[in-house]
Order: sequence, then structure tokens, then C-alpha cells
Amino acid sequence: MQHITDMFIQSVFTQNLALSLFLGMCSFLALSKKVKTALGLGVAVIVVQTITIPVNNIILNYFLKEGALAWTGVPFLANLDLSFLTLISFIGVIAAMVQILEMTLDRFFPPLYNALGIFLPLITVNCAIMGGSLFMEQRDYTLPDSFLYGLFSGIGWAFAIVLLAGIMEKLEYSHVPRGLRGIGIVFMTVGLLAMAFMCFSGM
Amino acid sequence: MTPKLKKILIDPIVRNNPVAVQVLGICSALAVTTKLQTTITMCFAVIFVTVFSNIGVSLVRKITPGSIRMIVEMTIIATMVIVVDQIIKAFAYDISKELSVFVGLIITNCIVMGRTEAFALTHNPVESALDGLGNGLGYSFVLLCVGSIRELFGSGSLLGFPILKTVSAGGWYVPNGLLVLSPGAFFLIAAFIWVVKTVKKDMAE
Repeated sequence: MQHITDMFIQSVFTQNLALSLFLGMCSFLALSKKVKTALGLGVAVIVVQTITIPVNNIILNYFLKEGALAWTGVPFLANLDLSFLTLISFIGVIAAMVQILEMTLDRFFPPLYNALGIFLPLITVNCAIMGGSLFMEQRDYTLPDSFLYGLFSGIGWAFAIVLLAGIMEKLEYSHVPRGLRGIGIVFMTVGLLAMAFMCFSGM
Repeated sequence: MTPKLKKILIDPIVRNNPVAVQVLGICSALAVTTKLQTTITMCFAVIFVTVFSNIGVSLVRKITPGSIRMIVEMTIIATMVIVVDQIIKAFAYDISKELSVFVGLIITNCIVMGRTEAFALTHNPVESALDGLGNGLGYSFVLLCVGSIRELFGSGSLLGFPILKTVSAGGWYVPNGLLVLSPGAFFLIAAFIWVVKTVKKDMAE
């Protein structure tokens, strides 16, 4: 239990994908004008993150790592090191997963597809997803851990973008200096949010 | 060099800068700029990837069916990134540890994808190479500015050499720790955009 709460605090607050590791910034900045859109994108990220990180973990541990192919029993495969293929297989898995998810939602859950549909293609090139998988590789998570990490880091990202969208909605009525209007003030706000999230690092 | 080619090369460096004006590729611009040395390595990696993925996509543009062009672009980009990643791991292992996942994340850097999609698909290889080079340089320009400010004022040194002698080393300068942390990066980029938009009035929203 302790392990799970630690991981939750770490991936949602102190190591937040968006605010402290700067991942997924493009869509984070572009789609944070309305709370509703932010929520849609946030949920899509949580879903994709929770699926792709464990799948990538399986692929890494059973196909790509040095000696990972030993389970096949073929002698010349036993010592093969395919880890240079990590990047291209991860991005392939992410693209395929997003496509499958999109088709499944379209076929079986049309209302959900209508809500999330437009965000799913964007997620393929969202670096939060790719970054999550790469951190999973770097930190050597086990399969259950990588599932938890996917879920929590997705929640952290969604939490951050919804918070930002809430602030941006209020900020629409305030008087911002000319040069800062638009993207400039978004960066300032994100900076302040990042400071607030950093306060959790003492826990 | 004809004026047209020159424009393709120069335009993205200042007037149409991918980071400051189009707000693309922000993730890595913020994450790798705590030290100048990592920043420079990252800049070279991105320039290499933008130039060669642009050339690659441009070479196959006439035989790529429209429906699968994204996957083709992605594969070409991913190949280039793997090459860069392996080179950095082989020749600069310490720096590759510090860059951690961010070299791999060049794959999802929107500048690279954006340029192949918006430019290389419709132009010949020479123009595409110049466009890639220009955008890579524009990205590097912002990164080097941010990186120098963050290292100079955040830890009092440049490229690891002490410039402002810090208090802990017996000098006078109290380093501003905020600049090395993530909020500092956000504030710096905001300030950079503010300056660019104030100087060039036509871009203010």
C-alpha cells in the first residue's frame, strides 16, 4: 500500500509529466482554453497511457531486451540484443494502440467515441505518452508497476491540464499586457502552477 | 544561392521561429536547457533529425500514397532519431545520461513532424534540406539563449566554467535556484515570447 501511495504522489505531483518534466506541452498549451475540452483530452491521455505503458513493458521484456528472446528456445535468439529497436517499436505500439482504441470505441461505445474521437489522433504524437514509456524503460518497472505508473502519470497530466483550463477561463476577463496576450500569459500561469506542484516534493 | 533558397533558410531562424512564434517543440526546449552542454548536444541532434528526415520524406514524396503518409514520415523520423541516439550513446555517454529520455522524444517533437508534413511533402530535396536546417537553427537559437541564461544565473557558470563566482565557492554570487527548476524555464520562455512580440508588433494577438 505504501508503495502505491508513494508512486501516486510521485507521478501525480512531484514528477508531474506536464509541469515538472515538460512532456506533452504542445497539446497542453493549445487545448487548455476550455475546461470541457481539457477534460476530454485528459481522459483520453489517461486511457491511452494506462494501456500503452504495460504493453510496451511486455514488448520490452519479452522481445527487445538483451536475452529477452530466450523463452523462444531457439539457440541463436537467446543472446540477441534488440534494444536499439526500442524507440521505433514504442512509437509503433502507441500508434497502433490509439488506432485500435479509436475503432473499438467507434464500434461499441459511440457516445464515448464522439466525446474523445477528435483527441485520439492527437495523442499519437503527444510526447507524454512516448515519455511515459521511455521512463518505464529507464526505471525498470515490473508489469504491475508499469500499469500503475501509466494510470497515475495519466491522471497527473489530466489534472494539470484541467487546472490550467480552469484558470485560463477566468483569465479571459482580465487585462493582460499586450505582448503577453495569447501564449505568453499561458506560460506564466503554467510556471506558477509548476511552483505550486513543487511544494509537494517535501512529502 | 538564389533569393528563394535564402528565404527558406533564413525565415525560420527569426521571423517565423518555430519555438517562439509557432510554439512548437516546447517540451525539449524547456527540459534540456538547465546546462549549456546538454543544450548544445540536443541542438545538434535536432538539426540532424530535421535535415535528414526532411530529405528522406522529400525523396519518397512522389511514391507515398496520401493515406499512409503519416506512418511513412514517422518511420523515417524514428530511424533518424535511432541513429542520433546510438551516436550520442557511443561518443558522449555522460551527456546521453543527462539527456535521458529527451533524445528519444525528438520522434514526437512537433517541429520535425510539422516540417515533414507541411514542407517536405511538397518540395524538392534541396529546398527541404534547407528548410530543415533553418528550422533546426531557429530551434537551436532559442534553446541556446534560454540555456545560457539558465546556466549563467542558475549556477553561475557557462559550459561548466565558473563565470560568476558563487558564494559556496568563496565568491559573491548567490545562484538563483529557481532558474534551474521547472517554473524558471516557463517564466523564461514567457519573457522571451513577450520580448519577441513587443519588438515585432505585427505578431501581437
